[in-house]
Amino acid sequence: MSALLAVEDLGKSFGGLRAVSGLSFTVNEGEIVGLIGPNGAGKSTVFNLINGVFVPDAGRVQFRGGNITGETPYRVARHGIARTHQVVQPLAELTVLENCTVGACFGRENLPLYRARAVAREAAAFVGLEDRLAMPAAQLTIAGKKRLELARALSAQPLMLLLDEELAGLNATEIERMLEVIRSIRARGIAILIIEHLMQAIMGLSDRIVVLNSGQKLAEGAPAEIANNPAVIEAYLGDPALAASLHGGAPA
Amino acid sequence: MSGKTTGTVAGEQRASLRRRPFFWIIAAVIAAFALAPAIGNNVELRESLLLATVYITLASNLNIMLGYAGYINFGSIVFFGLGGYTCVYLISAHGWPLAAAELAAGVAVSFLALVFGLGILRLRGAFFALATIGINEAVQAFVSNFEPWGGAAGLYLPTTIFKPLGGPMRALWVVYFLLVAVMGASLYLSYAVKSSKFGLGLIAIGQNEDAAVVLGVPAPLYKALAYSLSAFLPALAGGLYFFKSAFIQPSDAFDLNLSTEAMVIVMLGGRSTVTGAAIGAYLYEELRGYLLTSQTFSSFQLVISGALLLLIVLFVPGGLMGWIYGRWPRGKEVLE
Repeated sequence: MSALLAVEDLGKSFGGLRAVSGLSFTVNEGEIVGLIGPNGAGKSTVFNLINGVFVPDAGRVQFRGGNITGETPYRVARHGIARTHQVVQPLAELTVLENCTVGACFGRENLPLYRARAVAREAAAFVGLEDRLAMPAAQLTIAGKKRLELARALSAQPLMLLLDEELAGLNATEIERMLEVIRSIRARGIAILIIEHLMQAIMGLSDRIVVLNSGQKLAEGAPAEIANNPAVIEAYLGDPALAASLHGGAPA
Repeated sequence: MSGKTTGTVAGEQRASLRRRPFFWIIAAVIAAFALAPAIGNNVELRESLLLATVYITLASNLNIMLGYAGYINFGSIVFFGLGGYTCVYLISAHGWPLAAAELAAGVAVSFLALVFGLGILRLRGAFFALATIGINEAVQAFVSNFEPWGGAAGLYLPTTIFKPLGGPMRALWVVYFLLVAVMGASLYLSYAVKSSKFGLGLIAIGQNEDAAVVLGVPAPLYKALAYSLSAFLPALAGGLYFFKSAFIQPSDAFDLNLSTEAMVIVMLGGRSTVTGAAIGAYLYEELRGYLLTSQTFSSFQLVISGALLLLIVLFVPGGLMGWIYGRWPRGKEVLE
């Protein structure tokens, strides 16, 4: 497997605060990589550096072998990286279908409007929003809006998805359904970099996990290794009992 | 098999604008404007409708920035004024025929708008709105001191100017029909933009620019294009309007009141809708006509526009079309 995304020695400061520094990791084709760490560790900043919302102070972002460091978000979207937001960002007055059509029109394929609608419809159905196509996004429930974020990102027909806390704010049933959707996205061959606080879920989903602490990489490895890593337990997992329950691949 | 299905769906959805009812609704409006005063040679009706064509043109084009892209352009009148000046100047100083002067005015003003747009479209919200007022004021100050354009005194056209159009009486009709054509073009432009990928991108920007950019909408380019595009037809309307007056001066050409009125119209009719800008403009023109001629209200016309804007923003933010869609959701499919 070749590296689809390679982040090399990435750094970003806000004033005196070093949000991310010296961070390197890769995501291979078809892989799910989890990005975890305490609040304020710089996880969402890493997403913003990858997709161009922020321009890094140092380091490089390589995608499919090309350098995309500091490119604008709309160029990055065109390369085939789509993302969801931790705080949902619906185009509120547009319908579910229109929201997804925007994703399809301006995503990797740069589709004309009439073809984008068909792709959008399919993506909405994929996440289970097919019966709410004509509903304005503002009227969706929070779980619906989370799904819309995902559907819109999928409409872009990306090679890689950045998922920022897709499970936050969902109840147990909704989480179960969302996990199913994420697994079937992987089954389509789309690589996923996922930020998640729900440990059991991310341990179950990820092929590899990168742990961030204070903007630096604390550890990287398979879920079981991470759950057993003393530094990670101290910095993040905190509770040895929880770590023990995760060890050995607890069900998500 | 799925490819075939998609192909059929695509075929249906690609149906040209001409196959949709709204295309013919616009055509009917244009025909009504052209024919109503022409039948029976009704000059009074023509003069009233002439103002309506100008309002509809200004409002429809303002709607592309304000309604679709969500950028509050308080200075949209600068395009109208500059179009008027360019056209009148080329005719008076260089003897250009009306058609050539009009075309040059439209192209020059659109180009200037692109340059302005690339500069000020980095700003958002209140700062963008302030910058648009600034541009209008700066242009007005420049023109007031620009001797080739007559400075503060303005430019006059000799009455002989109407000769090529068959004398003053006929020229007024020609100008009126041309303004109806510019209005019709504005409605079709507004509709074509709304039905296009470009329009979808603009509307996404209007809803949430940061999210739109992450979804891949090239916002800086789209905004600058929209700003420039929305300058072309108002510049033509300005050229015709001041050609008809045979006189142009800075305080008329760059009257911020007209900008504000265009904004009231878009909000009254319903922002982001083609129909709203047209109906809003017509209603507003009628209301204005009534207020100006009424003994009680004549000096309060702008006070009432202001109050109207306030009431709409507070109580009916969707305007007339928003209200109609709320009661008749299928209306969206017929009246864009």
